[in-house]
Amino acid sequence: MIEIHNIHKTFGDKKVLDGISGVFETGKTNLLLGASGTGKSVLLKCIVGLVKPDLGSVTFDGTYFTNNKLDIRQEIRRKIGMLFQSSALFDSMTVEQNVEFPLKMLSKMPKDERLDRVNFCLKRVGLENANRKMPSELSGGMKKRVGIARAIAPDCTYLFCDEPNSGLDPLTALKIDGLIKEITEEYNITTIVVTHDMNSVIEIGDKIMFLYEGKKLWEGTSDNILDSDVKELNEFIFANRLMRDAKKVEDEGGNL
Amino acid sequence: MLQHFGKYLLFMSSLFTRTESPRILFNRTIDEAILIGINSIAIVAIVSTFIGAVTCVQVSYNLNNAFIPRSTIGFMVREMTILELAPTITSIVLAGKVGSNIAGGLGTMQITEQVDALEVMGINSSSYLVLPKILASLFVFPLLVILAMFLSIAGGYVAGTVTDALTAQEYISGIRGDFVPYNILFALIKSVVFAFLISSISSFRGYFTSGGALEVGAASTTAVTNSVIAVLIADFVCAQLLL
Repeated sequence: MIEIHNIHKTFGDKKVLDGISGVFETGKTNLLLGASGTGKSVLLKCIVGLVKPDLGSVTFDGTYFTNNKLDIRQEIRRKIGMLFQSSALFDSMTVEQNVEFPLKMLSKMPKDERLDRVNFCLKRVGLENANRKMPSELSGGMKKRVGIARAIAPDCTYLFCDEPNSGLDPLTALKIDGLIKEITEEYNITTIVVTHDMNSVIEIGDKIMFLYEGKKLWEGTSDNILDSDVKELNEFIFANRLMRDAKKVEDEGGNL
Repeated sequence: MLQHFGKYLLFMSSLFTRTESPRILFNRTIDEAILIGINSIAIVAIVSTFIGAVTCVQVSYNLNNAFIPRSTIGFMVREMTILELAPTITSIVLAGKVGSNIAGGLGTMQITEQVDALEVMGINSSSYLVLPKILASLFVFPLLVILAMFLSIAGGYVAGTVTDALTAQEYISGIRGDFVPYNILFALIKSVVFAFLISSISSFRGYFTSGGALEVGAASTTAVTNSVIAVLIADFVCAQLLL
């Protein structure tokens, strides 16, 4: 379980996060939902420690993370797997080396065991025969899969996904969403997904936090999101639906 | 300016906190040494051979006096090459080649979140990525400068004898006369100082890149210009302090 308390972050004159608190539960896919520029990715980076909040704290399973001793922060970080928006695969390494990398750096596993684990993780994400491929040879969806395989390779306890569907077609996006949910439930890990895609909300959102202009405006589940009386959230849902309907018309060959 | 310098010092100190295991550091350093060293041999060889040849021809043109022995040309080629041309020109060439490569590579890793990926794994990205580059440069630059010294003197020999500026015997007599071994040490000390400046400044510029492809290009350019200026200033300081 991850708890955040009163997170504030300002870049120059712009207040990006304004006192956000919440709990992200274990074994569930927790979504950070909101339009672009509302501070979702910054909040995620504050949680994993890539950005230092001006104020507030983050706790991983009861262990204080923000501003704690470096050793403790490192210990927690080694339990974190993260899928980046751009996949962030090391482009000088093959798929196999990318997935093996955290094992090589963070564990004392012998080479053959490492390779077994790599093959297991690649199989888990449906990329059995991609070991020797370079990231430049992969499609967007495959890169995301390799990113997930690399994130789960060292038996992570916490999985963070920054817009896992960005740049993917709807079908591949659904598959990636499904994979994230399956992995979360299978390994009973705490997963936080940053998204602005309502499909993801419906498909995988066990718990949803809606951000607007750096503030948490709503929190709930995918079952009660449509009953919300928050104007900004309803507008966001409406805009998403409108986009989806427009896309459907366009896909069917109609004119908008 | 002062703010940048302070940030640079903090960046340098971060390289030595949470370093990876000696085995990983050693392997990474060897990889970087191969990338920096092997890939730079050709350009260093071409530049230094021609510098030696041009130096010989121009010194010969300026020493067209019956009272000055022709072997002085060989002597001057050797002195200029060892003291200044081999370490400084080689380093300036390497600032362009290696410096831009380091800044571009790190800048790209930064904007594509690869650096963040390392940090999230609990790896000190600056130490993992930058320290091996600096160590490899410290090891490889002196070797390239030694190569440049040999090839410059050889270039001078070929140019001098082919253009009949002097005989082979006069050239060899010139390069062997009044030899001060300390000059070699001085050149090698300079090359180590230049290696540190080029690799660390380029890494600093690349590591703190933010934005997109345009900023990566700008970081590479800034890395090269800053490195060249730093090399020239350090050249003067070394000459004042060590000669």
